[in-house]
Amino acid sequence: MSITTKDVQHVAKLARLNLTPQEEELFTGQLNAILQYAEKLKELDTDQVEATTHVLPLRNVMREDENRPSLPIEKVLLNAPDEEDGQFKVPAVLE
Amino acid sequence: MSLLDYRLHEIHSKLHEKELSVSDLVDEVFRQIGEREEKVQAYLTLDEAGARAQAKLLDDKLVSGEARGLLFGLPAGLKDNIVTEGLRTTCASQFLSNFNPVYNATVVSKLNAAEAITIGKLNMDEFAMGGSNENSSFHPVRNPWNLERVPGGSSGGSAAAVAAGEAFFTLGSDTGGSIRQPASYCGVVGLKPTYGLVSRFGLVAFASSLDQIGPLTKNVEDSAYVLQSIAGYDPMDSTSAKVDIPDYISALSGDVSGLRIAVPKEYLGEGVDAEVKETVLNALKVLEGLGAVWEEVSLPHTEYAVATYYLLASSEASSNLARFDGVRYGQRADSGNLLDLYHESRSQGFGDEVKRRIMLGTYALSSGYYDAYYLKAQKVRTLIKQDFDQVFEKYDVIIGPTAPTTAFKLGAQVDDPLTMYLNDILTIPVSLAGVPAISVPCGFAGGMPVGMQIIGKAFDEQTVLRTAHAFEQHTDHHKRRPEL
Repeated sequence: MSITTKDVQHVAKLARLNLTPQEEELFTGQLNAILQYAEKLKELDTDQVEATTHVLPLRNVMREDENRPSLPIEKVLLNAPDEEDGQFKVPAVLE
Repeated sequence: MSLLDYRLHEIHSKLHEKELSVSDLVDEVFRQIGEREEKVQAYLTLDEAGARAQAKLLDDKLVSGEARGLLFGLPAGLKDNIVTEGLRTTCASQFLSNFNPVYNATVVSKLNAAEAITIGKLNMDEFAMGGSNENSSFHPVRNPWNLERVPGGSSGGSAAAVAAGEAFFTLGSDTGGSIRQPASYCGVVGLKPTYGLVSRFGLVAFASSLDQIGPLTKNVEDSAYVLQSIAGYDPMDSTSAKVDIPDYISALSGDVSGLRIAVPKEYLGEGVDAEVKETVLNALKVLEGLGAVWEEVSLPHTEYAVATYYLLASSEASSNLARFDGVRYGQRADSGNLLDLYHESRSQGFGDEVKRRIMLGTYALSSGYYDAYYLKAQKVRTLIKQDFDQVFEKYDVIIGPTAPTTAFKLGAQVDDPLTMYLNDILTIPVSLAGVPAISVPCGFAGGMPVGMQIIGKAFDEQTVLRTAHAFEQHTDHHKRRPEL
């Protein structure tokens, strides 16, 4: 299957990216080539194969529910592009 | 010969016998950087003042007899996706060009505990996405053996710095081959440990189920020392493995008699340069001469590894990179609307390769395509892992080339991502299986270094290091240095 510029626009929207028309054209061609290559996987019958999400036998990691020190607010905000009153500041969502 | 050409234990002897001070070592590394960095461009950030201050503290320890760290006094560079408290960490991205972490990665804390000295942060492909180091948003790194060629990626700066004598050792990260492939291209030793052996806490995540930190060094012995210092369970990393850490250094016995080596026919087949193949076959003869035995085997799903990897890694990347939204750190676009702020910040902050992989991953995970791409790739990963499991029932290690060719020219593949991805065809299956592998210099082809990849069973770094060390003891490839 091939993907269209419209598909790329849709995916870019999901990925929170703005693309220029030139980027849309470039990525449509490149993603098509990569996905066509990925079609190789269809040669394999994997109906009876378990998926490997992780090579280690991991379980959900839980810790004791107790207070522990966290980073101080001034450190947390040290790289903030904008902040106010100890909080990250962003443009208003509601009028 | 530079001081930095000595082995770790030789440097330590000189320090303890007062032939040398830690400050002398730091002077030497900055002298080399002063002479060579303009050509190689391995670093993004240098911390000369911090390194000199640390050297002075360690020299005081030397005088008082408190010098005990395994990596005592050794100048180290860190790939710029490993966070360092108060030292700029950019991931070679404009998104993080002014980011100063407020904590240290676990590996950095461990290097500090081992008394190594961090001298700076190394260039890389943006967010570790690339196979040539041309995707750095600052500037490409150049291969010290030929400045017109790439150093490999994504840990290109880490490999080039060691090759050029601009660090005693470095740390890189390997997702699909990003330690081993640049090590091969630059003629140094690069080790990707078993997934989970080294903590990923403080490594800026690209593909969480694959990323692993490891050392790049001039020789195998130094690699064992660095691994000994950074391996171990970390409660701060939910994917850290609870395993006992063996003595990697004493594993370097030089003895490989009776070692059973598997050589996959797929690793010496179509697409592998004839001279690279011949060089690796000659290296196998060296091991054979030491009493090892090798046989050809098959890893039949190798041809599916690249497609599997790019679907899985890109999917994980699209999720991991969602945190870069311009709100808490990094690039923020000037926008009066929150949704526009997200879109514009990400569009301005990320380079083309990162955008390409985010979109590929978003597509593979999106409704209607998840089963066909993401789930399918996870199932093929199982088959690839089973290939390795079956071979390791009968053999101790698997050996082949690290990369199908030597380093290519800068710009040669930059417009063709699929061809670029295929450079990693021999390293990617190892990453998908989660097993350890080392790349050691095994000769030259067309004047450029060739790497031999030695792959081991999960958590059997000892056998991998022992094999690599035995080979190294009977060859001189690792002692050659580029003329700069």
